[in-house]
Amino acid sequence: MADAPLIEMRNVSKYFGSVIALQDISMSVDAGEVLCLLGDNGAGKSTLIKTLSGVHKPSKGQILVEGRPVEFSSPRDALDHGIATVFQDLAMVPLMSITRNFFMGREPTVGRGLFRRIDSAFAERVTREEMRRIGIDVRDPSQAVGTLSGGERQCVAIARAVYFGAKVLILDEPTSALGVSQASMVLRYIAQARARGLGVIFITHNVHHAYPVGDKFTLLNRGRSLGTFAKSEISREQVLEMMAGGKELEQMALDLEEFARSDRAAAAAAGE
Amino acid sequence: MDQSMTGAAAPVDERLRKPSLLGKLLKRPELGAVGGAVLVFIFFGVVAGGTGMFSPLGIINFLEVSALLGILAVAVAMLMIGGEFDLSVGSMVGAAGVVIAIPATEFGWPLWLCILLAFAVAVLVGWINGLVTVRSGLPSFIVTLASLFILRGLTIGFTRLLTGRTQVSGIRNLAENDWLAPLFGGEIGHGLFVWLADIGLVATRSNGMPAVSGIPMSIVWWLVLGALATWVLLNTRFGNWVFAAGGDKNAARNVGVPVDRVKIILFIFTACAATLVAAIQVVDAGSADTNRGLLKEFEAIIAAVIGGCLLTGGYGSAIGAMFGALIFGTVQMGIFYTGVNTDWFKVFLGVMLLIAVLFNTYIRRKATEAR
Repeated sequence: MADAPLIEMRNVSKYFGSVIALQDISMSVDAGEVLCLLGDNGAGKSTLIKTLSGVHKPSKGQILVEGRPVEFSSPRDALDHGIATVFQDLAMVPLMSITRNFFMGREPTVGRGLFRRIDSAFAERVTREEMRRIGIDVRDPSQAVGTLSGGERQCVAIARAVYFGAKVLILDEPTSALGVSQASMVLRYIAQARARGLGVIFITHNVHHAYPVGDKFTLLNRGRSLGTFAKSEISREQVLEMMAGGKELEQMALDLEEFARSDRAAAAAAGE
Repeated sequence: MDQSMTGAAAPVDERLRKPSLLGKLLKRPELGAVGGAVLVFIFFGVVAGGTGMFSPLGIINFLEVSALLGILAVAVAMLMIGGEFDLSVGSMVGAAGVVIAIPATEFGWPLWLCILLAFAVAVLVGWINGLVTVRSGLPSFIVTLASLFILRGLTIGFTRLLTGRTQVSGIRNLAENDWLAPLFGGEIGHGLFVWLADIGLVATRSNGMPAVSGIPMSIVWWLVLGALATWVLLNTRFGNWVFAAGGDKNAARNVGVPVDRVKIILFIFTACAATLVAAIQVVDAGSADTNRGLLKEFEAIIAAVIGGCLLTGGYGSAIGAMFGALIFGTVQMGIFYTGVNTDWFKVFLGVMLLIAVLFNTYIRRKATEAR
């Protein structure tokens, strides 16, 4: 099954009581591929990620990892299958040090029995090295994560997932809270991860961040998939239009024209 | 890890300022408690220096008071770092006391078996507290407030039902020939104190024995538990999970920390610490009382907070809680030695708590502000 996708969803649906959060979603990611999952607020992106990462179980449908059907019992279980999710809240504890966060839940130990303890020298060294690798010089790995900037925190979270041998990286809105230069740092890093042969699922509502790095685009709207398109099949404008729903964009264009007209009128009046 | 992942080597960060030693110390959660303890010692050293408070007997006295609270405070601090409260520890002290005393006096069980039974009950109580808290998602403040009343009620009810009274005495002679009891009620270092008395460092009684015959086991337990808890918190995986569970339980869960299991273990630990205190008291006093441990839950929380624990979890230290308990015991005995009406002790406690909380909030802001 060497040519099976790294991870695949087949007709997955998720219901919360009477609410249909996801309906009949199918998608797949191969090694060395970036799938962008685009959708407006409330499109079901978060539910989809949580289903993929083992937080929720799908109500219907199947998830396959390298061709084998799996049922994740927990995020830990998903991790064991090589599916690492970087959540929007980054799964970081602000009061804990960078090193302790980096190895949270997977602390390296030395010694045995009662003397089994965290190998903090190793942990500090790895944290510093991994951060340097992605171009961030951690000033002091024992400083609290709460003291880092948003972009730095994002990078700690991604570096952590990569370090722990993720095959599939699920990134939940990694660029949404970032400034331009920090966002481009994260995007560069996504491209690097693809070059290393990881499958990346990049969730965002920002087409301008998604389009440069994406290979495929799956569009979600109100819990349903509008389809998956290869980059060659679709332009940035088309993606944008499908995401927002054409009508709203047309209305926006009309509004903009109206503003421009009134501006011109005001300028003309001032000129007299 | 191949070449493609190697980013440009980052230049040395010019923003990195060498942190001062003071700045580093300020980041430690136990700083406030250690400073407070020093102040308290200086104060009573001046005010009560000549009253015998700092004689060997006096020192053992206030250390013993500190130790009994400190054992609870260390466990409560770990639980608070893990993000939960246990208001039932005081009731657990009372309950464990009668669980030890009643089978021993009424049914003729050997004392060691009764003590083991009490620890088994503690594991059960802690497990129930923990399970209800993590399964229901309710604040542990409420869940354990319920157990505070349930446990105390059961303790009084059963004791009166089985013995007709609320006190159970007659343990002392049972403890004398028991192999397990000395672990809780005994003393160590007897020979050392006899020697210290011989060379005149410790006052002797009229019969020639030293005024202090040894270090009570409660103090030993306090130090051992404090050291153990510190080791676990700072150096083990479990310790990291405690900080993670208390700091942000969703984040911890998402990276695979078994948050529920960690919390349940911490609840079991607090109940066992309460039982340890109960066993020490029962063996020392030779009796159990259904009212033992009253209000100890709050005193333990106060000691933990003075020791730097945040009420919101994720931050704190076991050493801090030990010093919190030391401040507590020192002031309590100090007020006794200086002859001030002990009514004022509670005022002091409240003020101390308030100062500690304000200080902790400031420290936390310092610890997480962007530098």
